[in-house]
Amino acid sequence: MGRVEGKVAFITGAARGQGRSHALRLAQEGADIIAIDICQGVAANNAPPATEEDLVETVRQVEALDRRIVATKADVRDFDQLKAALDDGVAQLGRLDIVSANAGIAGSPHAAEDIPEEEWTDMIDINLNGVWRAAKAAIPHLKASGNGGSIILTSSDAGIFAYPNIGHYVSAKHGVVGLMRTLALELAPHFIRVNSIHPTTVNTPMVQNEGTYKLFRPDIENPTQKDFADAAIAMNALPIPWVEPVDISNAVLWLASDESRYVTGVMLPVDAGAAIK
Amino acid sequence: MGRVEGKVAFVTGAARGQGRSHALRLAQEGADIIAVDLADHIPNIDYPSSTEEDLAETVRQVEALDRRIIATKTDIRDRDAMKAAIDDGVAQLGKLDIVVANAGICVIADWENTSVDVWNQTIGTNLTGAWNTLQLTTPHLIANGGGSIILTSSAAGIKGLPFLSAYVVSKHGVVGLMRSYATELAEYNIRVNTIHPTGVNTPMGTLGGGAFGPLLEAHPKLGGMLANLLPIEITEPVDQSNAVLFLASDEGRYVTSLELTVDAGNTQF
Repeated sequence: MGRVEGKVAFITGAARGQGRSHALRLAQEGADIIAIDICQGVAANNAPPATEEDLVETVRQVEALDRRIVATKADVRDFDQLKAALDDGVAQLGRLDIVSANAGIAGSPHAAEDIPEEEWTDMIDINLNGVWRAAKAAIPHLKASGNGGSIILTSSDAGIFAYPNIGHYVSAKHGVVGLMRTLALELAPHFIRVNSIHPTTVNTPMVQNEGTYKLFRPDIENPTQKDFADAAIAMNALPIPWVEPVDISNAVLWLASDESRYVTGVMLPVDAGAAIK
Repeated sequence: MGRVEGKVAFVTGAARGQGRSHALRLAQEGADIIAVDLADHIPNIDYPSSTEEDLAETVRQVEALDRRIIATKTDIRDRDAMKAAIDDGVAQLGKLDIVVANAGICVIADWENTSVDVWNQTIGTNLTGAWNTLQLTTPHLIANGGGSIILTSSAAGIKGLPFLSAYVVSKHGVVGLMRSYATELAEYNIRVNTIHPTGVNTPMGTLGGGAFGPLLEAHPKLGGMLANLLPIEITEPVDQSNAVLFLASDEGRYVTSLELTVDAGNTQF
């Protein structure tokens, strides 16, 4: 018996990285999946874009686990698109229990006063408003189920404290905490739990790229992954440079499962102790 | 394959209640157990003390799961006895991976009726006892190449709850202990976290609450502080144990210095 057997989970940003890992970990433990991803480039983002092939690969891997998945190319900036994808998924899979609002971008580093307004707006629209849209679309389904639910919002260590030169990212991820607390308060009477997770750097395409290497190593002209690792390990308390997607997924799984049925309003760092440094 | 298969866990206050539940949940997932409990009369508390029979029942239930358990009647305030119980358990079971500093007491009294005895007894057990547990187990975790320490704090370790001043102070102190150890032990790959229960369905959580009645009648404004956000009165021991299990297992391998509330939203309310 899986730890989320028979439940249905909605995951944004599921084509690859943490989102795909969440889909697979939940499917391994018995959940069916409703997945969306924009599957294309977003302005001013360091990471190479996720593709439609990536989303197809997530579908293949979930189906290889003998679970069902309804995957749609959809943009968290477009509420109607997101809602249509979710509604269709719930219609096909019959219910909704779990929401992982995971989709986000790293953006491009700038000192706060140099952030172009368009990049600021895109960042907030994806990393904060997109999380709110996912919750907004999902809450009626969770309420309709009548048996509660679990919403997990992906914030960041940058939602607990600031890193320099990513003020738009830090602001969006702090905003996610305010949203989490508000939803936890408002939805508790319906037994819908709302928590946030706060990763340190995770070994995904969003982090493992030249843009991030340069953000962490402005002192080096062409920093390598090794140079990045040296800086990243200094950030964490535990002696590791980054965590793996499955580490975040294990936290999502615990919060999604009935093992945490009385846990709500928690900021759960999976950050190798970066927040205590 | 259990989620803590092959690991060894030390649990204090394991005769009944949350401690027994932690021992059983970890054993269900493959861990062997080193257990201690005072198992003797405790003065000043409003609920029955745990007994040697309770501790024997924990042993029986762990063994019924086909796991090993070394249980000792030990006062966590007695450092010599604690060191002996820990070292003996590790010698018999071969190593130590998980520490659950769970033992604690709770006495309800308003500020002016909190006696010197109750103050010293509460700080001595809940805080100094937890420190004894951590300081005496840490060498074994370092020798093991890493590990996970879970301290039982409380919703009263995050916010003030009325008529529990000694308890509130001891449970806030546990957070300071957690943070200190998390910081110093990270380099050894040892993670240190707290759990923060709201009311739990145990003898301590259900049989000792009578003294609240008249105090809350006299100070009705404070009653709301005890309410949960989720529409439940009380959590079950297994809800706390599932949090302990997550933090104890490799699923939580990069989680450290976390105050994990299993409190039905009490601290958010």
